[in-house]
Amino acid sequence: MRILRRNFWRNLACAILLAVVGVSVAANWLAPGGYAKQYREATDAGPTRQHWLGTDEIGRDRFARVLYGTRISLLLAPAAALLSTLMAALVGGLGGYLGGRWARGAMAVTDLFLSLPWLFLLITVRALMPLNVSPLASVLVTFLILGLLGWTSAARVLCSTAGSLRESDFVRQARASGIRGTRLFWIHVLPNLKPVLYAQFWISIPAFILSEANLGILGLGVAEPMPSWGSLLKELEGLVSVGEEPWKFVPLLLLVVVVTSFQLVLSKQEEVSA
Amino acid sequence: MLGRRIARHGLAMLATVLLGGLLSATLVRLAPGFGVDEQQLDPHLNSESIQALRQARMEHRNIFRFYFHSLQRAAHGDLGTSISLGQPVSALLRQRAPLTMRLVGIGLLLSWAGALAMALSAACLRVTAYDALTTAISGMFLCIPAAVLALLSVLWNVPGALAIGLIVFPQVYRYARNLLAKSYSLPHIITARAKGLSELRILFWHVVPVAGPQLLALAGVSVSIAIGAAIPVEALCGLAGVGQLAWQAALARDLPLLMNLTILVTLVTLLANSGADVIGHMLRGQEA
Amino acid sequence: MMDVQTKLAGMRTAARKAITVSIVLLGLLGGSAIAQGGELRFCLRSEPKTFDPLKVEDDASVAIRYLTGGVLVRLNRQTQALEPELAQSWKVSKDGKQITFRLRGGVSFSDGTPFSAEDVAYTVQQLMDPALHSPTGDAFRSGPGNVDTKIISPTEISITFPAPVAGLDRQFDQVAILSAHSAKKEMAVLGPFMVADYKPGTSVLLKRNPNYWKSDAQGRKLPYLDSVRLDIQPNRDVEMLRFKRSEIDLINSLDSEYFDKLASTSPQLVHDAGPSLDSEQMWFNEVAKAPLPEFKKNWFRSATFRRAVSEAINREDLSRVVFRGHAQPAAGPVSPANKFWFNSSLKAQAYAPDAALKALQGDGFRMQNGTLIDKSGNAVVFSIITNSGNKYRERMATMIQEDLQKIGIHVNVVTLDFPSLIERMTQTFDYEAILLGLTNVGLDPNEQMNVWLSSSENHQWNPQEKAPETAWEAEIDRLMRAQASSADPRTRKESFDRVQEIAVEQSPFIYLVNRNALSAVATTVQGASPVILVPQTYWNAEQLSVKEVKSANHTGY
Repeated sequence: MRILRRNFWRNLACAILLAVVGVSVAANWLAPGGYAKQYREATDAGPTRQHWLGTDEIGRDRFARVLYGTRISLLLAPAAALLSTLMAALVGGLGGYLGGRWARGAMAVTDLFLSLPWLFLLITVRALMPLNVSPLASVLVTFLILGLLGWTSAARVLCSTAGSLRESDFVRQARASGIRGTRLFWIHVLPNLKPVLYAQFWISIPAFILSEANLGILGLGVAEPMPSWGSLLKELEGLVSVGEEPWKFVPLLLLVVVVTSFQLVLSKQEEVSA
Repeated sequence: MLGRRIARHGLAMLATVLLGGLLSATLVRLAPGFGVDEQQLDPHLNSESIQALRQARMEHRNIFRFYFHSLQRAAHGDLGTSISLGQPVSALLRQRAPLTMRLVGIGLLLSWAGALAMALSAACLRVTAYDALTTAISGMFLCIPAAVLALLSVLWNVPGALAIGLIVFPQVYRYARNLLAKSYSLPHIITARAKGLSELRILFWHVVPVAGPQLLALAGVSVSIAIGAAIPVEALCGLAGVGQLAWQAALARDLPLLMNLTILVTLVTLLANSGADVIGHMLRGQEA
Repeated sequence: MMDVQTKLAGMRTAARKAITVSIVLLGLLGGSAIAQGGELRFCLRSEPKTFDPLKVEDDASVAIRYLTGGVLVRLNRQTQALEPELAQSWKVSKDGKQITFRLRGGVSFSDGTPFSAEDVAYTVQQLMDPALHSPTGDAFRSGPGNVDTKIISPTEISITFPAPVAGLDRQFDQVAILSAHSAKKEMAVLGPFMVADYKPGTSVLLKRNPNYWKSDAQGRKLPYLDSVRLDIQPNRDVEMLRFKRSEIDLINSLDSEYFDKLASTSPQLVHDAGPSLDSEQMWFNEVAKAPLPEFKKNWFRSATFRRAVSEAINREDLSRVVFRGHAQPAAGPVSPANKFWFNSSLKAQAYAPDAALKALQGDGFRMQNGTLIDKSGNAVVFSIITNSGNKYRERMATMIQEDLQKIGIHVNVVTLDFPSLIERMTQTFDYEAILLGLTNVGLDPNEQMNVWLSSSENHQWNPQEKAPETAWEAEIDRLMRAQASSADPRTRKESFDRVQEIAVEQSPFIYLVNRNALSAVATTVQGASPVILVPQTYWNAEQLSVKEVKSANHTGY
């Protein structure tokens, strides 16, 4: 009975994710006006039959922007999250597993990474890119950097986990029975790091989606007129009262639903592996 | 033996902190916008004044010399003077550190209390609907931009520490929940449960020893996360703490201030993480 | 179309005048009821960088200087006329080099130190110290040489500059007089308020100056207010929230969205004083040594190209959409708000994409599959940089992007943090077009000298030219120098009118809009009448008072 129910949740989550992907793929048909067209006679409008989620400050259809934004954010954020998770596994997991000097070195690097003002690296990266870079290239670079910089907190926890695994009975037993090196790492250590890796992956998706929009202040991230979930969520920053314009919360709601669905799909995996 | 280990650890920490300072100074120096001043756009200024402005800003052009001089002065207790605010860095830090410490401290307490309560209940109950609910709640706070959370705290007149707590909470929750769920699914704990041991006994005798060191590592990291969260919260809520100072310094490319702030943050990060490591080792030692 | 617009604008002005008159009348009627005391609270948008009035350059410090500094003459922000303050009268010599002030007697600084001609001499000498590099001082520096101050009597002083300074008397509006003798240095002031407390990062508290010399018509000592509390709050959203919660009493320059939101519920709180002096503009990089491909430099250095871009921008839409109607399409370098110096023969460029395309085709450009191609076959693509965090500029840039797409020009919008932008703009010249605003504080063309002279650093489109690179830049140089060396307002106006015409013909700057001066003032503040000149709401701070209200929610939300 319980398994059935758990399957129900997991299936629901899968269905939601598929639906979101499907709808965003079909954006061309669902929102034929496109995400860039400015309806200058109907700016900052509420929902109408023509604009289901209203229009933004310069009259662009919010529904179309959500759909097209989904394409970018839903594809790139998980990719960057995966990259950062791998980095964390590599630095934290391997460092902790090898122990001793390796662990100390890995942790020193991690601590430094946690403290340095990366903002300035990002500013430099923007300066190295040409000004006339296509919006897509800019957003790709942004997510790549986020993936490369966003692994630190997970690595710290992983190092500790891997450290205790190294001293645990079953790894000692495995060693005694002749399993060594990479094989030991892949077979016995990595699976036990999964709870942390999943957490890192799940947290990174929304974190990267939001960071991408915040990097807009440095000229990184998606460039106008292209939309992303992050830039849509930034609209909420001018909020003086909640509840006046509820349709502006739709992108937030969608992101929460997608992120929760991701977790439900993952948590199933996690329990199977446990 | 112990003394030597502590000394070695201390030396390694010092080296990391100094390296952090140098790296941050280099990052700031190499980033575009170093040495420019908004003031030079003032049409009243004549070219001599603009040149003088530029000259003054380029004083720290040679980063190694700057760093060496800074260290020399720091040895005598002088942390230099902020370019953008014109005040001694040590005075600025002294004025502002207490507020940030309080904000980050309370924020961490709140986030950990909330996250642990939810994670434990989720791990003990093992009801998928409840898990989905807690996931959705933590997911919501993860998806709301930090600036919006800060703004809401102003709107509803709640203290900034709560905003920091809500920013840190989902991250702590997710790690803690996964770690605890994993521990509760270990064979010997399932056996203990089947034997009818009380939940508290299971928690303190079986779960804490397994998940403890990792949760401690997480605690160390959460300090860094909270410090990061303090920047937008302080900047938006008009709280005169170190986070607001860091934001102003970054916008003004205030090299002496930024370098000292990085050193401070590196120091706090190292202390928090090493502290967590040491306690973790002790726990593990007990277990063994 | 144009006619209707003008008429509408005219009607609006009339309505505004009527409102102003009624406000003034109300103020007069309520004159006897003005409450003494109270605290006025509002936000500074950045940390004040200095309390030394001579070194002031940032907006926050300017605000504090305005409230605390005593000046010899004051530009009335409402009438735009010069009025006596610490100087009872003054006289500028015919050659424009010398000014003689007759000072008010019996005035003392906030700490009780008496005020005399010695203090004026001291202030001017400090201000003109070349090592100070103060923008206020530089404004007086029109030629090499030293400034001479001659104390004729304790209440009379003459100041002689080495070269004529046009609009000399007006410049003293910015010079707050320091005490030559007070032990409190710059903290001893002659203005209505004095700095009582400063909490870095949080607030500045000003208390009334007990020794302030002015009284009102009924003989009551000014200022009415006991104190002014300035909270440091860079975020406008938070500022608005705090205004709605009655934690602050006024917002000096309000965002147009918030203006509309407030106006819909409580119209009595908001004021639109009409177009301000500030302009939003974009320009192309015309620097010869800029790291750009040669063909792009050729576009940007062609007046036809610049004018065509200007024609293809829909300024009406920018005003209507981005500023929600609280802005006017800009006609040229001077805002119509600058009543005397605005060249009234100039009209805002009407939206004319077809004419723009035609002009470009005449210059060898052609359309191919919706893309504009230049003579040598390059697609016309360029980027517009603007500073991040300014949502209006970001929106304007995005709308210009769509407008220019209609004539086949592809624009990339890039937002950069201010220091990066300034570096590209003033040092590396690695940019194609920039969209920024210019805030004009002063009315006199001399304030813009460093923008127009081709040799100047702030000649943004092509700074520090060794010799004028084009005939029209040479002509602007000549006209600007001519107006600066003349004392006759009419000849000066003729020269500067011509400068404005050339600026529009050649379009080195493409002027977009003049924003309106929007402000919000709580109903508890009495005596406020917001104007377009900075500081819009508290220019008459000494005449303001705040009605103490017991309940917290007094503005009726």
